Amino acid sequence: MEAIVLRIISRMLIPFIQLFGLYVIMNGHLSPGGGFPGGVIVGSSMVLFALAFGLAEGQKKVPHGISLIMEGGGALWYGALGLVSILAGANYLTNKGANFPLGEPGTLFSSGLVFLLTLGIGIKVASTVVTLYYNLAEGKAHD
Amino acid sequence: MRNILTIIALVFIAYILVFTVSEMPPFGAHDNPTNNVVSERYISEATADTGTMNAVSSIIVDYRAFDTLGELTVLFTAVAAALSCIAAHSQKA
Repeated sequence: MEAIVLRIISRMLIPFIQLFGLYVIMNGHLSPGGGFPGGVIVGSSMVLFALAFGLAEGQKKVPHGISLIMEGGGALWYGALGLVSILAGANYLTNKGANFPLGEPGTLFSSGLVFLLTLGIGIKVASTVVTLYYNLAEGKAHD
Repeated sequence: MRNILTIIALVFIAYILVFTVSEMPPFGAHDNPTNNVVSERYISEATADTGTMNAVSSIIVDYRAFDTLGELTVLFTAVAAALSCIAAHSQKA
């Protein structure tokens, strides 16, 4: 059955959902939210796309290679940023003690390491949601 | 016989649990060990220490960033385990 209402409505809504997810991730150090909820919002917008347009169309938008790179890259980004603190002469994952630029509190590009780590968490959580959904849906189609 | 042993063991465990709970400090009292200097420090110094306006994310991503690294590892392990289970099943079929 052609779910025309679902397709048109989701095509209209998905950009706003992804924009809101990016807003929640990028403002994690200013407002309620952060990497985990923002990543789930971005990831579930891709799940909505795959539900409305079919699994094959969804996998064209987010291929296996890209979700694999996001999956490992998010965690690796987090761990590697911790090593930057060690190179600066402080403990693992230190923010202020490793002379990260804290900036003006309350502005978007502030808080040094917190901002960068939240980006990594968002990428990781979004790709986790997408990868799990795609693979579980595929596994059902195989049987 | 087995039932009697089970009941005796359960009564013993229940006695230990109730005894522990009766020795716990009263809920919400101001001199509890949980009401220490740490929470005050987080509330008053979070913005100066980390530059964030959101105290929650300053705790998650700065004071306890190592804990969050563990959480990301949990997510990674969960995905890897689920994918390997799916792959093993689809190869068998």
